[in-house]
Amino acid sequence: MNGMSSPEVVADRLADRGQKPLLAALVGNPNCGKTALFNQLTGSRQKVANYAGVTVERKEGRLHSPGGRRVRLLDLPGTYSMQATSPDEAVTRDVCAGRYRGEPAPELIICVISATNLRLHLRFALEVRQLGRPMILVINMIDAAERQGLSIDIAHLSAELDIPVVTAVGIRRGGADQVLTMFDRPLPHVPQGPAVPEGDIHAEVRRLMDLCVRRDTQPREIFGERLDRRVLHPVWGMIILTILLFVMFQAVFSWAEPLKDLIDQGIAALAGGVRAIVPDGPLSGLLTDGVLAGAGTVLEFLPQILILFFWILVLEESGYLPRAAFLLDRIMASAGLSGRSFIPLLSSFACAVPGIMATRTIQNPRDRFVTILLAPLMTCSARLPVYALLIGAFIPDRSVGGVFSLQGLVLFALYALAILSALLVALVLRQKNRHAEHPLLLELPDYRLPGLRNLALGLWQRTQIFLSRVGTIIVTLSVLLWGLSSWPGPPPGATGPAIDYSLAGRIGHLMLPLFAPIGFTWQICVALIPGLAAREVAVSALATVYAVGAGESADAADRLAPLLSSQWSLATALSLLAWYVYAPQCFSTIAVIRRETGGWKTPALAAGYLFAMAWFASFLTWHITRLFGGG
Amino acid sequence: MFLDQLPSGQTAIVRRVGDQGTNDPVACRLRELGFVPGEPVRIVARGPFGGDPVAVRIGSTRFALRLSEAARVELEDQP
Repeated sequence: MNGMSSPEVVADRLADRGQKPLLAALVGNPNCGKTALFNQLTGSRQKVANYAGVTVERKEGRLHSPGGRRVRLLDLPGTYSMQATSPDEAVTRDVCAGRYRGEPAPELIICVISATNLRLHLRFALEVRQLGRPMILVINMIDAAERQGLSIDIAHLSAELDIPVVTAVGIRRGGADQVLTMFDRPLPHVPQGPAVPEGDIHAEVRRLMDLCVRRDTQPREIFGERLDRRVLHPVWGMIILTILLFVMFQAVFSWAEPLKDLIDQGIAALAGGVRAIVPDGPLSGLLTDGVLAGAGTVLEFLPQILILFFWILVLEESGYLPRAAFLLDRIMASAGLSGRSFIPLLSSFACAVPGIMATRTIQNPRDRFVTILLAPLMTCSARLPVYALLIGAFIPDRSVGGVFSLQGLVLFALYALAILSALLVALVLRQKNRHAEHPLLLELPDYRLPGLRNLALGLWQRTQIFLSRVGTIIVTLSVLLWGLSSWPGPPPGATGPAIDYSLAGRIGHLMLPLFAPIGFTWQICVALIPGLAAREVAVSALATVYAVGAGESADAADRLAPLLSSQWSLATALSLLAWYVYAPQCFSTIAVIRRETGGWKTPALAAGYLFAMAWFASFLTWHITRLFGGG
Repeated sequence: MFLDQLPSGQTAIVRRVGDQGTNDPVACRLRELGFVPGEPVRIVARGPFGGDPVAVRIGSTRFALRLSEAARVELEDQP
């Protein structure tokens, strides 16, 4: 077979022990519990390269075996087959075969299969075996199989396959111990035995199952199937879906409030402390107006963002998302898409960047392209700070019909407007592509209780990303903007506010001709620029611009809101809200679209159409509001 | 009979998956997912709008298929 794996070379590798870490890769079908196992093995020692490489989200973790061997573990995207049908699957295929550019071939392939789904997963394991590389087989979720009355003859299976086989329970503490001990053994030899012809692979699976798997009890209808009768029911299913989504959006706004207040008070106390210690002057201004006003206003929104991510993670982990895709497939089809597009679009409510990366599971290139164009229209969590600030400042806190709050309704309308616009755009794009088939072909995995450990890890990764954004981009931009708005100072004898003479003021006035027709002030124009790097910065930028302009400190959204409502008309505020429904200005989104599509055409198209929609929506909003006396 | 016409809750046996045109990726994937001759299948649920898509159980797995996809799966005649 493969000369690289002759016994001499294997012995050489063992001599390497302690010098070079072993490079191993996890592969497996989607829903085999591979990611839970990866988390179990590597804990928090993971590196999620944010969108490095051309199209792959590369998850690598490090671990030490019980015997002290260092291991670098790669978590490859889940795939059903080595006959890749999506970019995601192509990455797995190429890395396994050692053909991926810039990625060394893994020395050990760890193929993970679910004990509850042997028929499907063993087929893939046989495909991996054909690669002719050292591998081990991990039978995961062995506890669930035992509960279903299945018993698997591990030794027999291992002998038949000529591959070491271990069992694991990815979601239980210590459930991966058998896998860990495998790292201390010599690398297994390449599995010997005749290659199975493609057509006979299912027959081979059946033979192995007959030999090694015994069912102790009569097969009964599994719990998940009974649950699916309800969850996928035409009426009940839709009711459950609506309630889930409603609770999710409600939770984002109501649960976050106490936490938000706490952060708010903390920042205010900090700013007070700084002012007490640092004498009045440029330094005090830099710290309070620049750093604290900038970072603080954005930091306040961390709880809301985490709650949104929490819900999306729970829906993902429990196995509900594919069910939602099932229920909504026809609606998506009427817009020319498939239910598969639902999952990336829902993730885009948290952030368009992971949403766009999730489109890799869409096989149809046209569907993927349309989904990528629509993802930025989903209201991402970075827009929440802008919405929350403006709604708080301009929409009276009144109840409508005794049940709903007017502020909540406006927020809901903004989300609804975004979704309707996305449907509209999808319809426009569909015209060109009427006949091609959009495959759905989606696995409905077994329901699982979301593991607390995985939830916590997911939220922790989010918090880290957010805090590092606040700590780097947002603070830098806020400080930069504070500098631009403070220098050059006004000439002696000047009468207007200092910011009018600053660089920021001049830039704002230059941009004004484009934005005056939609009711923006030059201060808003200034705030739009740093908003390019991160949408939520627009809030802190407004805080900085107005703080410097007014010669006083607005260190929290609480103090910014009344300031804005005294300076802007309702028409201007609503126009800015409409702008942010489309808000094309986000560098990370544009960059990820470029990476995912491999060219500038799609990102240019996305930025262009979003800018046009934003401008026209704001134009209409401004003029209509003025017509009704809101000017 | 084809899978898209199978009544909900009734079990049938797969006879074959037919390609639509040459090199049909959907048919190919269906076979990889386990739709091979002799496997029992059952429709677990139907979508809320026009009964499309369908949730199909094969082996111990459930898949969501559009009717056009399910129509590629030919079933053995019922006794």
